[in-house]
Amino acid sequence: MGKLYNAIFSAGIAFVLACLMIGVKLNTDGTTLKVTGATSEQWAWIIGGIALVFFSQLFADQIDSAFSKIPKPKVAHFIPEGDKMTQLKPWLLAGLFVCMVVWPFMVSRGSVDLATLALIYIMLGLGLNIVVGLAGLLDLGYVAFYAVGAYTYALLSQYFDMSFWVCLPISAGMAALFGFILGFPVLRLRGDYLAIVTLGFGEIIRILLNNWTAVTGGPNGISGIAKPALFGLEFTRRSKDGSPLFHDFFGIDYSSSYKVIFLYLIAVVLVAFVIFVINRLMRMPIGRAWEALREDEIACRSLGLNRTAIKLSAFTIGASTAGFAGSFFAARQGFISPESFTFIESAIILAIVVLGGMGSQVGVILAAIVMTILPELAREFSEYRMLLFGLTMVLMMRWRPQGLVPMKRPVLELK
Amino acid sequence: MSETILYLIQQLINGLTIGSTYALIAIGYTMVYGIIGMINFAHGEVYMIGSYITFIVIAGLLGMGMVSLPLILFIALVISVLIASTYGWTIERVAYRPLRGTNRLIPLISAIGMSIFLQNYVVLSQGSRDIALPPMISGSWTFGDPNLFEVSFSYMQLFIWVATFITMLGLTLFISRSRMGRACRACSEDIGMTNLLGVDTNRVIAMTFIIGAALAAIAGLLLSLYYGVVNPFIGFMAGLKAFTAAVLGGIGSIPGAVLGGLILGVTEALTAAYFPSEYKDVVAFGLLILILLFRPSGLLGKPEVEKV
Repeated sequence: MGKLYNAIFSAGIAFVLACLMIGVKLNTDGTTLKVTGATSEQWAWIIGGIALVFFSQLFADQIDSAFSKIPKPKVAHFIPEGDKMTQLKPWLLAGLFVCMVVWPFMVSRGSVDLATLALIYIMLGLGLNIVVGLAGLLDLGYVAFYAVGAYTYALLSQYFDMSFWVCLPISAGMAALFGFILGFPVLRLRGDYLAIVTLGFGEIIRILLNNWTAVTGGPNGISGIAKPALFGLEFTRRSKDGSPLFHDFFGIDYSSSYKVIFLYLIAVVLVAFVIFVINRLMRMPIGRAWEALREDEIACRSLGLNRTAIKLSAFTIGASTAGFAGSFFAARQGFISPESFTFIESAIILAIVVLGGMGSQVGVILAAIVMTILPELAREFSEYRMLLFGLTMVLMMRWRPQGLVPMKRPVLELK
Repeated sequence: MSETILYLIQQLINGLTIGSTYALIAIGYTMVYGIIGMINFAHGEVYMIGSYITFIVIAGLLGMGMVSLPLILFIALVISVLIASTYGWTIERVAYRPLRGTNRLIPLISAIGMSIFLQNYVVLSQGSRDIALPPMISGSWTFGDPNLFEVSFSYMQLFIWVATFITMLGLTLFISRSRMGRACRACSEDIGMTNLLGVDTNRVIAMTFIIGAALAAIAGLLLSLYYGVVNPFIGFMAGLKAFTAAVLGGIGSIPGAVLGGLILGVTEALTAAYFPSEYKDVVAFGLLILILLFRPSGLLGKPEVEKV
């Protein structure tokens, strides 16, 4: 009986909440404001939603038990363990790398472009994963470092005509510097303060980019950013200032897809580099210290670890990865504006880390791919995209806070 | 009086008006933080929803031909407070209560998800354009030298000051005198002990969310009438500002939130007056970073001791 009462109560609440947002719509009619009722289609949605709330409350126990019965994906027995894995791993990785390199030559230009975008998000996800997943510092302004990287390349290329390959490390360095400057004062703060300060910092950077019109072009952004070149060979149809062209050099016909594939290959190399570096770092004392600090700060300090230095290193390295991704993003787009660096972008990157499983690299990579490809597949639902995105974040935290592919720690057990 | 002083007085009046509404929103953050130690990231969205409900009710009543202004405002206030409180309660039930007792990051991420969800829920149901309402309360007192600079203090600003003052007074009485208020204070001291003493802490937490949402709705009503415009994205900035105010005053302390809100409002008004107005947000966040640097516990907060 209590359950029925509960279900009726929930349905009633849902009715009230739905009626006063979906049920009535504000319209401006000249200068006066008018309220119009919902269309019958919207009422059908409201009633459907209420019915859903009612039945899910009524059968809450059954649904919960059904959820817990869904087998967790067991990847463990597909992957050989121990020595066999150690032997196989280089071959698997090499095979994967070859596939990644050969693949773009066989598919359409659009999918290569999409894959490049996914690789950018993988880079961002991996970078934020250091900060949030490994070091346990919630950074809500990660997009600021991405913006710093992108604008560093765009400005250097525009004002000083510097090439992409020179700017790539400079952008990463600039982002790291910003991370250092921000991190130094704020990393002494507790977790949730840090989240808000980084969020504020992200907004400050965006506002500055928007208003410093003389340098950054303000809301109009910077366009005509130079594309990367292969050892000085450019990928344009005609040379602007007599620099050698890729298709002339190799004596092949010009095709715009070479440029797309070239950008994709750069992204693959950058991602491979980032994964390599992070993997090495995780095995170094500093990487162990990040995770130890995440688990128990007081224990770490009593063992003599320098809290600020460890946090700062995680923050700086995470920021420099975003700088990498940012300068590549600017090179790929050829146009950047503050619009690309809003809070939502930070939230998407955070969602990638959280959905993938905090700390787990494989999980983050998979989540980044899913988050880039799903919106493309579900184009007709694009207006519901952010709604579902928020809902997924809430539901994931409720049912699977450890993410899709939880991080695995090497464990030894005595039998 | 000279022109500069009159100009300064005008900015102080504007700043205190905005600041008092920041204070109302900040109280919601500070109360929730004081009791369960989490940032209710979706609080700004409750404020935004409160503004929308106000507009819907006012437009509906005007459409029905009601003319009495006090009655319209009163009905709008009651309905928006009720609905926003229901939203606050539901958010707690759906997104936070099941996650209590887990790692700190998890409820925060859930709250961010909730905030994105609510914002897009309003975008989908009401559209993302600005919606404007002609001013309901117009007219103002002016003083100063008409040749130099006239300071104007509008009836709307007075209304905001009075309404905020009454709300704060009511909240103070509730917290200090009522049984529920005592339970709230006990919970913020030590929630486990309060539970052992037979207080239903779940109810107290739900009540905190309801009070916070009600105050946010009042702020929503006042600010939306003051600016005359709402859109689904106002909640994000307002929430961020109010959180800054709460931290400024010392999170967990209600007088602190009020003080922080007023300081932030005045700082912003002064920045907008003497510098390009786009930079007022930069100054607000800069202030937050400085406060956290030099006085992490805020102006009136108690320093927090971390225990094993």
